[in-house]
Amino acid sequence: MGKVLKYSFYDLIRSRWSYIYFFFYLALGFVLLFLNNDLSKAVITLMNIIIVLVPLIGTIFGTMYYYNSKEFTELLLAQPIKRSHIFLGQYFGVAGSLSLSLALGLGIPFAAYGLLKSNAIFDFALLLVVGIFLTLIFTALAFNIAIHNENKIKGFGYAVLLWLFMAVIYDGIFLLSLIIFEEYPLDTFSMIATALNPIDLSRTLILLKLDISALLGYTGAVFKKFFGTQIGFWASMLVLVLWNAIPIFLLKYKSSRKDF
Amino acid sequence: MERNTFFPVVLLFLIFGNAIAGIVEVCPSCTINSIKKGVAVAKEYDTVLVKKGTYYEYNIYVDKPLTLKGHNYPIIDGQKKGEIIKITSDHVTIDGLFIINVGVSYTTDFAAIRVTKSENFTIQNVVLEKLFFGIYLEKSSHGKVYHNKIIGEAKDEYNSGNGIQLWYSHYVDVSHNHVQGTRDGIYLEFSDNITITKNTSTKNLRYGLHFMFSDNDVYTQNTFEENGAGVAVMFSRNIDMINNTFKKNWGTSAYGLLLKEINDAEIQNNTFSENTVAISIEGSNRITYQDNDFIKNGWAIRVIGACYTNLFTGNNFMHNSFDVSYNSKLNDNEFRSNYWSNYTGYDLDKDGIGDVPYRPVKLFSYIANKTPETIILLRSLFMDIIDFSEKVSPVFTPDNLKDAQPLMKKRL
Repeated sequence: MGKVLKYSFYDLIRSRWSYIYFFFYLALGFVLLFLNNDLSKAVITLMNIIIVLVPLIGTIFGTMYYYNSKEFTELLLAQPIKRSHIFLGQYFGVAGSLSLSLALGLGIPFAAYGLLKSNAIFDFALLLVVGIFLTLIFTALAFNIAIHNENKIKGFGYAVLLWLFMAVIYDGIFLLSLIIFEEYPLDTFSMIATALNPIDLSRTLILLKLDISALLGYTGAVFKKFFGTQIGFWASMLVLVLWNAIPIFLLKYKSSRKDF
Repeated sequence: MERNTFFPVVLLFLIFGNAIAGIVEVCPSCTINSIKKGVAVAKEYDTVLVKKGTYYEYNIYVDKPLTLKGHNYPIIDGQKKGEIIKITSDHVTIDGLFIINVGVSYTTDFAAIRVTKSENFTIQNVVLEKLFFGIYLEKSSHGKVYHNKIIGEAKDEYNSGNGIQLWYSHYVDVSHNHVQGTRDGIYLEFSDNITITKNTSTKNLRYGLHFMFSDNDVYTQNTFEENGAGVAVMFSRNIDMINNTFKKNWGTSAYGLLLKEINDAEIQNNTFSENTVAISIEGSNRITYQDNDFIKNGWAIRVIGACYTNLFTGNNFMHNSFDVSYNSKLNDNEFRSNYWSNYTGYDLDKDGIGDVPYRPVKLFSYIANKTPETIILLRSLFMDIIDFSEKVSPVFTPDNLKDAQPLMKKRL
């Protein structure tokens, strides 16, 4: 697996798209900090961008890479290599290079603006952890979609739909159900609904760490009571890990049975 | 001619007046070594001069017109046993004392300085620390509380007192005081015609300034910073709030200014910055909000209900998460000629007034008001999208709640 991973990874970090992705975050980080020298305010703005953009790039890039390297994959399949090694190697190659672009692209400007001496370092670290998790999760989901669909157009369609559902539609349904059932106690429901969507979970985790959480009022206090504690934090990390592990497992399962 | 005779008479009176008002000196090594003795010995209109030192005294009753003046800030230590100075006479001046360790009680409101049923009092240059209640005026009018420093260490609301409290006291001038770490910085109950100027009230547990059933009061040029909530004005009429600063009153249930059942007030030229809710309004009518700055607040204005005929004009709303939150479809309040940093309209005729009206109520703030749980979707992409669509064609928010003449540039 190591060899496939290494090959995919090096192939990707030499590719144009990785650089564009990297420079995008680099420029974003510098511009944000240049316009507003406040690290913690920049974290909020970045969060807004990361929770939307990272899943989108993860899904699109994941499916694209899978379809583009299909011939090479078929070549590898003819070799005496375990199937799971081929696919997981490719997956970690893609997810790893995307995460690296994200971490370096944001890390460099923040470090240059004195992050290490600032109190915002924990918020920023959380932001990066969440960003990397989102990359891993959505790339894994994208690989699953791609492996199930031979038709590229269909695959891309599903991938975009997945992103749209997680980033927008889910919140719409969530909101509607909150309004419809407003007569009932909704704290537990909204907490579970938040935890079930990795994008919502990431957003909430970061918001609760920032000053802006005061705007959340009573609901925020209930959330903070759970997510603010050690148990809550590790529980939400566990949810993120599960969101990651299940698609990887499915990918492995499907890849070992698929007829190429 | 008349003028020429008047002056010498005044001069004579001044000299004569000084001659009869004696000075009683108190110091730890004098024969009069306690303030109580000093007050007992002094005649009416005398000055009791307290020299530097520490005096372990409490329950000092000032029952005749006196000036109690400290020299180099003598310390009066109440040893947490009870009230320290109680004034029951008119024309008393307290000046330049350092009072610490007021007794804490759950049944009696012990104060560092209490003025009871007296007139024409002055309390100035006093420093209070480790207190329960600070300066407590009850049924005392026509006085002055000037340039005092009150520093408490309040931790819980139930066992802490207020910095300066006025109860049934009228025509009092409270100015240049610094109050911090008490329950309510300045508290007014049934007190009319009070002027509160240039005070600083910070880090108080509950409110920086609190009005209850008090009418015709004015507060200007004060600063309220990092309090549980800045100022609460409740059940009062004709209050003028001018040139004050409300800053960093931040927390889940914090606000800069709370108005509850307030009628006919003027709120002008104030600055509200970084408060969770800058102004929370409930049941308040006929109020003019003019030329205020709302900067970086969570909510700039939050209307909870039953507010009619209010006018918002000439205000700057800049970079607030929500400009206005409103919970009903009915609107009888007017927004006119304000500057909104979120305004995206244009000004073709270049007259400085935007050509399209601005709608300050976002759909999200409307929804969050109806179903508070939905606030958890703050900053989600979905919310931004529906906010945008509501902005383009309002369906849920009150149709007439708009600023028809939004300013293109902020008021300087």
